[in-house]
Order: sequence, then C-alpha cells, then structure tokens
Amino acid sequence: MAYSATAESHEHHDHKPSGLWRWLSTTNHKDIGTLYLIFAGVMFFVGGSMAMVIRLELFKPGMQFLDPAFFNSMTTVHALAMIFGAVMPAWVGLANWMIPLQVGAPDMALPRMNNFSFWLLPFAFTLLLIGFFVPGGAPAGGWTLYPPLVLQGGDSFPLAIFAIHLMGASSIMGAINVIVTIMNMRAPGMTLLRMPLFVWTWLITAYLLIAVMPVLAGAVTMLLTDHFFGTSFFSASGGGDPVMFQHVFWFFGHPEVYILILPAFGIVSEVIPTFSRKPLFGYEAMVYATASIAFLSFIVWAHHMFTVGMPLAGELFFMLSTMLIAIPTGVKVFNWSATMWKGSLTFEPPMLFCLAFLFLFSIGGFSGLMLAIAPADFQYQDTYFVVAHFHYVLVPGSIFTIIAAVYYWLPKWTGHMYDMTLAKWHFWLSTIFVNVLFFPQHFLGLAGMPRRIPDYATQFADWNMVSSIGGFGFGLSQLLFPYIVIKCIRGGEKAAARVWEGAHGLEWEVPSPAPYHTWETAPSLAVIHSGGEHWTED
Amino acid sequence: MKNAEVNGPAASEPAALRRSNRSLTGKLWFFVAGSFAFGFALVPLYRVLCSVTGFGDQKLLTEAVAAPISAANAAEGANAPTAAGIDQSRTVTVEFMANLPTVGNWEFQPVQKTLQVHPGQLYEADFIAHNLTGHDTVAQAVPNIAPGEAASWFHKTQCFCFSPQSFKRDEQRVLPVRFFIDRALPAYVDRVTLSYTFYDVAAGVAAR
Repeated sequence: MAYSATAESHEHHDHKPSGLWRWLSTTNHKDIGTLYLIFAGVMFFVGGSMAMVIRLELFKPGMQFLDPAFFNSMTTVHALAMIFGAVMPAWVGLANWMIPLQVGAPDMALPRMNNFSFWLLPFAFTLLLIGFFVPGGAPAGGWTLYPPLVLQGGDSFPLAIFAIHLMGASSIMGAINVIVTIMNMRAPGMTLLRMPLFVWTWLITAYLLIAVMPVLAGAVTMLLTDHFFGTSFFSASGGGDPVMFQHVFWFFGHPEVYILILPAFGIVSEVIPTFSRKPLFGYEAMVYATASIAFLSFIVWAHHMFTVGMPLAGELFFMLSTMLIAIPTGVKVFNWSATMWKGSLTFEPPMLFCLAFLFLFSIGGFSGLMLAIAPADFQYQDTYFVVAHFHYVLVPGSIFTIIAAVYYWLPKWTGHMYDMTLAKWHFWLSTIFVNVLFFPQHFLGLAGMPRRIPDYATQFADWNMVSSIGGFGFGLSQLLFPYIVIKCIRGGEKAAARVWEGAHGLEWEVPSPAPYHTWETAPSLAVIHSGGEHWTED
Repeated sequence: MKNAEVNGPAASEPAALRRSNRSLTGKLWFFVAGSFAFGFALVPLYRVLCSVTGFGDQKLLTEAVAAPISAANAAEGANAPTAAGIDQSRTVTVEFMANLPTVGNWEFQPVQKTLQVHPGQLYEADFIAHNLTGHDTVAQAVPNIAPGEAASWFHKTQCFCFSPQSFKRDEQRVLPVRFFIDRALPAYVDRVTLSYTFYDVAAGVAAR
C-alpha cells in the first residue's frame, strides 16, 4: 500500500481535543464532513416528518387533522428543510470528506472558513423552525416565496428571510472552499482531466452556487425592504411588479435544481464503473455534458412561469432552451448505460441505489420534458404533475445517490463493513415505496389536482390514499438508514483499504478507516496514475 | 486554542500555497459580490425589457397622451376634418375590469362592463370607488392592458390612475378615464381589456 509509510510517521498528529470542543472548533475536513452529514441526516428526518404530516392530511378528502394555514406551513418548511437543510448540506459534507481524499490534498484549502460555514447552518435552521412558535405561524407562502403572498406572513417572515441569508452565506463559503481546494490543492500530477467525476461535478456545482446564491440573497433582501422599509420592488401599488420576483427567483431557482443534482451525477459516475469493473465510458464527454447542463441552467428559468403572460417569443425561447438540456443529460444516461455494457456487474447496495437512480431519474427527466412544452404546461402548471416531476428527480435523484454515496464510502469512513442484508432491505423498500408514493401523483396532476391544497375533490381520493400509503412506507423504511449507519460506526467486519475490488481512485489508497490526517505527503505520480478515475484498459 | 497540531496540515502549508489560496478566495468573493449586485441589476434590466416589449410597462400604461389624434393619424388625415381620423369601418370591444388586492374595505367597479369603440375616436368610461375603510385615506389605481401587445396603441388622455386619489371616510366617487385606440392597432386585435387594481396607499404616502 503506497500510503502505509506516511500513515505510520504521522500517527502522532491524530490527537485532538475531546468532547464537544473538538466538534465546535474543528478545522479538519473529515470532522466537518461528518458534521455536515449528521446535520443533513437530522434535517432529512425533520423535513420527512413534515412530509408524513402532509400525506396524513391528504390520506382522505376533507379536513382531518390540520388547519389549512398549518398545512401550508408544512409544505413550505418541508421544502426549505429538504433543499437547504438535507440535500445541500449532504453534498457539502460529502465534498468535505471526499474531495481532499480524491485529489490528494491534506485538507480543504480554507479550514477555518469551513468550520464557520458549517456552524452557520444550525443557527439558520433554528431561525426557520422557531417560526412555528411565533404569532402567525411558520412561513406558509410556499418555498418559492412569491410576493405579495409571502409579505402577508406573520412574524416568521423576517426570521425565514434571515434564515435564507445564513443558509446562502454558508453554501457560498462552502462553494468557495471547494473551488480553492480543487484549483490549488490537487496533488502534483492530478491534472484537471484526471480528476474523479465527483470532484468535477462539484467544481461546476460550486461555480453555480457562487453565481446564484447571491441572487437569491438579493431577492429576499428586496422582499424584506418591501415589507419593512416602504420600497416597492414587487408591490404594484408603488410601481413594482410581483412577476419580476418570479424572474429573479427562478434565475436563482433553476441553477439551484442543478446544484442539487450535479453532484449526484458525480456519485453515479463513481459507483457504476466500480461495480461494473470497467472504466467510465466517455469520461470527457461526461465533463463537458456537466458543464453544458450548468451553462444551460442559466437561460431556462422562465419555464417555471410560462403562465404569467410572456410574449410568444419568450415562451418559445424558454421552451426550446429547456428541451436542449435533454441532450447533455441523454449523453450522461447513455454513458452510464454504456459503462455497464459487458461489464461484470455485482449488485451491492451503492450500485442498487445508482441503478434505481438511472431508471427513476429518467422518469423525472421525461416528465420534465413534458413540462417544458409551453402549451402543455398551461395544463400542468401548479398541479400534482409538477409535484411528481420534481420529487422523481429529487428523491430517487439526489436522495438515492446521497444514500449510495454513504453506502459506497461508509466502510472507508468507519473502517467497518455495514450490514449488507439490511442495506438491501433499505434499497428494496425505498425503491418500491418511492414509486407507490410519487407515481400516482402523475395521474392526480393530469386529472387536475392542484398542488399545495389541504383538501381535494373526492375524485382524487383513491390515488391520494395510495400515495399516502407509499409515503408512510417510504418514511418508515428510511429509519433503517440511521440504524445501519450507527451499527456500522459501532463495529462490524473490518474493511480493507480498497473496500470494493473494482474501486479506483486515491481514496482507496489510504487505510480504512481513513486516518485523521491523510495525504500530508502528496501521493506519487505512480499512485495517481494507477488510481485514476478513468484508468485505461491496457 | 491555537494549536498547530489541531490545525494540522493547514499550518504547515508553504507560504506560496497560502498566497495563491488567498488570492483565489479574494477573486471568488469578488465574483460573489458581482452576483449579488447582478440580482439588483435585474430590476432596472427588467424595466428596460418591459419598455422595449410593452409588457406590463407601467410608464407606458400610466402616461397621458395630450391629443386624441396620434402621429400616425395626423400624417394621414392632415387635410381632413378631425372625424376623418376615426376608422368607422372597424369596431373593437373594450372590456373594463376592476380589481382589489384585499376584500372588504373598498368597493370598486366599472359603470359599464364593455364598450364598442372605433379606433381614433375619444371615449370616456367611468369607474365607481367607495371607501369602506372607515377613515380618510389615499388610493392609487394601477392599470394593466391585455393583450400586452395592445398597450402601445391604447392611449389615455385623462385617467384617475395618473395620481393618488384622496377619499374621505365613506366617500363614493365616479372616476373617469378618457381614452382612444390608435388606428394603427394591429388588425388581429379585436378585443382589449383595461383593468385597474385599486391599492390603498395611505401608509406609503405617509412614509413619503
């Protein structure tokens, strides 16, 4: 093992302050990665329990448990918690853990900023969640924060705005850290086109983050001054325009959905070659496809608002540019399939989750294409079809790949193998129930059921009940996940340095569990070349 | 708690790496500041786009036109009597809509719901507003025209939407709007909707 000599000589580095102070003051990328992942897990269950409340209310037509305002708070805060609390911090956590390991760097480039960007998050979500206990209740105007509705919120309105400011600052700092680490800290010989795809997709994601999170910060600041300081950016009575908010918001919002999914593409591009025992098909095409998707994400935003009354030329432009995204995405799906072609496939839990991703994310992609067709969108706008679409791309898209990433690298983090049988149960239950949960929502949407309503006409009753049963099943089966992870942390079969026989990449050159400090001496060229992501068949 | 051991490798970085980290970080923060500024720059950009396309352009919608005969008509009908500026052969339906952002503290509606008009001729339509807020206040009507393409050919010579309107407690008033439709209105437009939203702006006026 190329690593063992250096690991030996640096053992004395491994001591660190104990207890709470270690975690508050840590600047170690692995510690901060762990903190991010734990935080994301907690928020996943906070947001998930809100989803359970939503599905409980929608189990039957009629108002059963909640009052409508609280229901609206549930949908709003569920979205904010899942997007900004679960998925984004999970990706930053994985970036923290894996990017330095994968590019042969001893740590992130800006360790103190790293600590700061994590510790902003608990404060952000405290602000958001105490909204439930102030007059007027938690934000209920939808996560898209459209004025004038959002301006009519109670005392939680400024709390939510400040929470979004803090989340934005946190992810901007996280993104800067990722860019500086990748650009400056790569081991000599780790050229850009030798980097693993998870690193590449994160680099592009990080640029998206610093380009659009400040725009969201600006938009919510304008909401704040409209509400408290008499400006009228979005107030028609003062010459403003509420539609302008939608433009500014979705200029942020569309790149944001790629922020949530691009690192997922990176994970799939790591996992599928490993368990196909073949190099990734079309490595460079993957890099360029990712970059094209990122570029296109800036010029498609108004497809979220086809019905506001745009000029025909605008509708056509946004329709066609949106459909264009299917091309680089198709390249990716083709390359993943081609990677598996004639490979020696095995189906360990990370591979299973990535295969489910491949099928189910494509379903979400196809419904996205349907929504991109402007004349059809007039029918689908604000129905459950939209809900089904974005949950198909976010749950089997982002969430499944985060789970796959954890199952892929967990032995590297803990030094133990996890319970494969339970993890396979986790996979099958998740995959079956996620379809029971979201597939019927396509039917509901096409039949005309609007989103964000606590009660509905009786013709929607059957599929809503099916969807709710799927929801409870999916929610309960996720409880297996922390159980499997905690069990694995506590012990288990000892994991080898190269956990999966087909795995390539620098992270497999360090022992399992990865020592507190790694790559203090940069890996040699030989190690980099043999462990390169897209090693050649020779 | 400044412990080189805890800070680990970062503390042992060569100075050159630190410098280049710092310089790249600075550039990225500059990029972030640029993005933040761009968010605000979208506001004037949006206004420019609106005035180019005519969609929802408040300046165009609230501007007074001095003469009932437009430049297009004047060129054509310079040696004809004023009535020649009227296109008798064409009839356009104008619909009137009145909206309120909140329910219960105002009554606001058009006197007649539609009017058949000939392009080039001056018309007057009346709206009725009734202050039910229980106190003296000021309100401002914000106009809109659908389809958006028609906005450039819909001219108002007099409108209650040009300035804020003072209302005494419980006062009810007729609010007139005088308008004509330009003869150059594209032929495919046979129906134009003029809508007003009536905002209570007392708080905003007091703040100013």
